[in-house]
Amino acid sequence: MKQVVFEITDNRPIADSVYLLSLSGDTSAVAAPGQFVNLRLDGFYLRRPLSVFDCSEGRLRLIYKVVGQGTAALSRTSPGTMLDVLTGLGNGYDLSAAGPAPLLIGGGAGVPPLYWLCRELVRRSAEPFVVLGFNSAGDVFCEREFRELCGGRVTVCTVDGSYGLKGFVTDHLPSGYSYFYTCGPEPMLRAVSRATVTSGELSFEERMGCGFGACMGCSCRTLTGNKRICREGPVLKKEEILW
Amino acid sequence: MVTPENDINACAGAVSTAVCLCGIRLDNPVIPASGTFGYGYEFAELYDINELGSFSFKGTTAEPRFGNPTPRIAECPAGMLNAVGLQNPGARAVKEVELPRLAQVFHKPVMANVSGFSVDDYVSTVSLLDDEPQIGWFEVNISCPNVHGGGMSFGTSGAAAAEVIAAVRKVTCKPVLAKLSPNVTDVAEIARACEEAGADGISLINTLLGMRIDLKRRRPVLANTTGGLSGPAVLPVALRMVYQVAQAVRVPVVGMGGVSSARDVLEMMMCGATAVEVGAANLVDPYASLKIVRDLPAALTELGVNDITDIIGAALRR
Repeated sequence: MKQVVFEITDNRPIADSVYLLSLSGDTSAVAAPGQFVNLRLDGFYLRRPLSVFDCSEGRLRLIYKVVGQGTAALSRTSPGTMLDVLTGLGNGYDLSAAGPAPLLIGGGAGVPPLYWLCRELVRRSAEPFVVLGFNSAGDVFCEREFRELCGGRVTVCTVDGSYGLKGFVTDHLPSGYSYFYTCGPEPMLRAVSRATVTSGELSFEERMGCGFGACMGCSCRTLTGNKRICREGPVLKKEEILW
Repeated sequence: MVTPENDINACAGAVSTAVCLCGIRLDNPVIPASGTFGYGYEFAELYDINELGSFSFKGTTAEPRFGNPTPRIAECPAGMLNAVGLQNPGARAVKEVELPRLAQVFHKPVMANVSGFSVDDYVSTVSLLDDEPQIGWFEVNISCPNVHGGGMSFGTSGAAAAEVIAAVRKVTCKPVLAKLSPNVTDVAEIARACEEAGADGISLINTLLGMRIDLKRRRPVLANTTGGLSGPAVLPVALRMVYQVAQAVRVPVVGMGGVSSARDVLEMMMCGATAVEVGAANLVDPYASLKIVRDLPAALTELGVNDITDIIGAALRR
């Protein structure tokens, strides 16, 4: 973990209530796709945990959905603003388990962390399948970014059928994948866990106090003992989850 | 040329921040509060925690506890609610795993925060941990608002508080601090009962009972319905209660509640606190306690104070 002051270089809407936030600053502590950062916002006591969409040296990009007063305030924050950020939080995905054709399943606000993961997997010569699920056409984002990496192996679906295929992500899983990685709302994670035929990793969300393991605010029980979502998570292995 | 007269570091060094808490010297009065600092090593990865006066480790019970269901955390203006519910690995694991690990990174006496659901629970935890050389004080938590059938129920009656303190007193020779709840009508009465039962000190305040509602779900945000309020919002309440207790007892008082700066530490001490715990601030800024330690000498110099002990109870004097 490292406390870093970042400068906002861009903060723009990319779908209904969804924003892409670009930051510049020291990214040396951001170690793996699936990790998150914790942002301090003026006027709010607790930090806001956001997953990392993309990271390269000196440049960090986050995608967030406006769900409450904190993220609404963040959406009104202008480029040039400095942000106090705790970086390199959580465990991240284990890329070594991917195999030749990993399956990436993202739902709504859970899509962002899969992008950096996808890029890293492609760089390691894997050929990922990608299934992205949204509620409606206005919620869809990042399709183009994933298509640039994986072309026709990307499936987009919406619950109401207003864009792409109609239905839930679990209605459109491909066959022949070697492993899976997923992030999304908990009911989706549960359905993905049931529907998948291989081992895999799921990223969880929880209300957090500190984000770095001190307060025990985000604990969960697993088959391998109690874990803190912020520290031993947010990524858990399918086999250890107690539903 | 740097001479003692113009070297600002030498001047800062001339200010004494040391205090004595129940016969144990602290280099400074800053003590991260229980439940915000784990067993120390999350923070030891970030900075040398030996710069702190001490710290109070995560509330420990006789048996391991998972605590309450999530969500356990809610936010409010200038503070937060928590309903963790005393998650901890249990006294045995603290003794065999946490304390040996801590000894590698922390070389000062640590404050052992203990909790329970019966008098016997408190006694067995303290008995088990008593021979741990690194434990300097026991901070007996009779004020946790987030567990049922124990915790705060001991701290809201003078007689029940005295029973726990007297029982613990019999099984340890180490200083025993009673950690009190603010959720009472007369905190001074509870403090006096603890002192009479043999407490060597009083620490306060634990969190204030509160709640928040999720408008969309029309339900409490916290799975436990209620939780403990902490953060800057509670500082004035804490100062008032430390002030009341410091006048009611002869034993030292450890003040806490919303402390986020060196200035807050000095206010607490002027209200009668010998040492000061820093809680929620550690969760928002992991370096908060360290910054307070480093800011203290300058804050004292600004007041023209050379020895921090001179201000303890200053606001009580007429």
